[in-house]
Amino acid sequence: MNWDPIILTFQLASVTTFLLFFIALPLSYWLSQTKNKFKPLIETLVSMPLVLPPTVLGFYFLIAFSPGNTFGSWLNEWLGIKLVFTFSGLVIASILYSLPFMVHPIQSGLTNLPASLHDASTLMGKSKITTLFKVLLPNCKASLLTGIILSFAHTIGEFGVVLMIGGNIPGETKVASIAIYDEVEALNYNNANVYSLILCVSTFLILLFVYLQNGVSLKKHRR
Amino acid sequence: MIKVHIEKTLKASENPLKIDVKIHVSKGMFASLYGASGAGKTSTLRMISGLLEPDHGLITNDEDLWFDSNKNVTKDPKYRNIGYVFQDSALFPNMTVFENLEYALTNKRDTKHLYQLIALMKLDELCNQKPATLSGGQKQRVALARALAQKPALLLLDEPLASLDNESRAELQDCLLQVHKTFHLTTLLVSHDITEILKLSDQVFVMDHGKITQQGSPKTIFIQNSLNENIEIIGEISKIERQGILFCITVSIQNTSVKIMAKKFEIENLKVGDEILVGAKNFNPFFLKASK
Repeated sequence: MNWDPIILTFQLASVTTFLLFFIALPLSYWLSQTKNKFKPLIETLVSMPLVLPPTVLGFYFLIAFSPGNTFGSWLNEWLGIKLVFTFSGLVIASILYSLPFMVHPIQSGLTNLPASLHDASTLMGKSKITTLFKVLLPNCKASLLTGIILSFAHTIGEFGVVLMIGGNIPGETKVASIAIYDEVEALNYNNANVYSLILCVSTFLILLFVYLQNGVSLKKHRR
Repeated sequence: MIKVHIEKTLKASENPLKIDVKIHVSKGMFASLYGASGAGKTSTLRMISGLLEPDHGLITNDEDLWFDSNKNVTKDPKYRNIGYVFQDSALFPNMTVFENLEYALTNKRDTKHLYQLIALMKLDELCNQKPATLSGGQKQRVALARALAQKPALLLLDEPLASLDNESRAELQDCLLQVHKTFHLTTLLVSHDITEILKLSDQVFVMDHGKITQQGSPKTIFIQNSLNENIEIIGEISKIERQGILFCITVSIQNTSVKIMAKKFEIENLKVGDEILVGAKNFNPFFLKASK
């Protein structure tokens, strides 16, 4: 039994979630506050991974990052970055693929806060950053947690995107979901079963944790 | 002196409301904006604070220019130094009462001012509590203390007493009077409660459909100008019955019923369920104190 795919899966989910949190935070804040005419366009782009088949996203990444193309060869030659069939490429693809799972909960948490909290802090002479970190984010902890956990769990469940852009390189890009597919093709049902069970149990525990936490914070809120 | 001369058309509802107000409040005065819901009171307050931008006009506080559409000047609300008490108190739920007050301090080391406010507003026992555990009246007392913590140049109060019961309302009115006597802050209160305005204000602006229709001292506006010996109450007809040559109309007014005698021609257009205005002239009223 090879544990590499399981370790790689959790590594990918951790790195993706960490980076995605810092990308999604300013984006969610901007979306929750802005009245800009381009807001619907940005919201549509953020939500696209929810409806697109993951293979479509993976296909475009493959084309864009391929050294045979202008952008891919520029990255490779000028910055020495190779994104196709590498772990870094998987992380970037996963960030975009899981973007709505982080942005939507945080944006909705911020939007649902009473506008008077933001206004009160502004009238006290506080900057937007102080208001965000001292007032807004501490009052939507449940949404932040939901965003983090859903992005983590969703990255664990990736298949189409990682297969397209990651290939199937053991120890580099072969995550658990692909390992299961491989084992089934090779008729190693026992190994496939172990991988599947680990993913089932871990995602169940993660989601149970979210719902328990949200239940606790809801009770606190009502008290 | 705060001088406000602003115009704005609010298009959010089906019927756009054009706000066009001129308000001058001298330094240290307690002024009120009075009017029905939807008259534009809160929007006026938000424009003064900078939370909403007027279409045209001028707002100055003493020599300080806050807004001038001609010169294209809009001072950011965070630099206007305004203490603002919201209708929903807007206390930060993640902070204790003390932390809420401390957050509003301009100078973090000015704890003397903080403890003075805590003593003045009788908040000692609430300091370590979170806003969720406070009553409506306590929340607004903390919100008022928080607005004062930043030593504002102007205090704006957006119906802070509207959702309180009579007892808490009376307590907070006393508190507001005490604060005004202590700090002599220029204050603008939004309210639709005449008794409250008579108790607290030096000056009142009556607002109707976005315009200031009357201004002056509350006593002049609400007592002298409107004092007469008539009383008018709206009620609903619950019964009409003949009594000899006259008719007896039973009218439901709130939780009570009143019987009125009427002649035949007077009831010709009336039926059960109609709303009518019941008036009485030159009556000799009695009164009893209803609140504690």
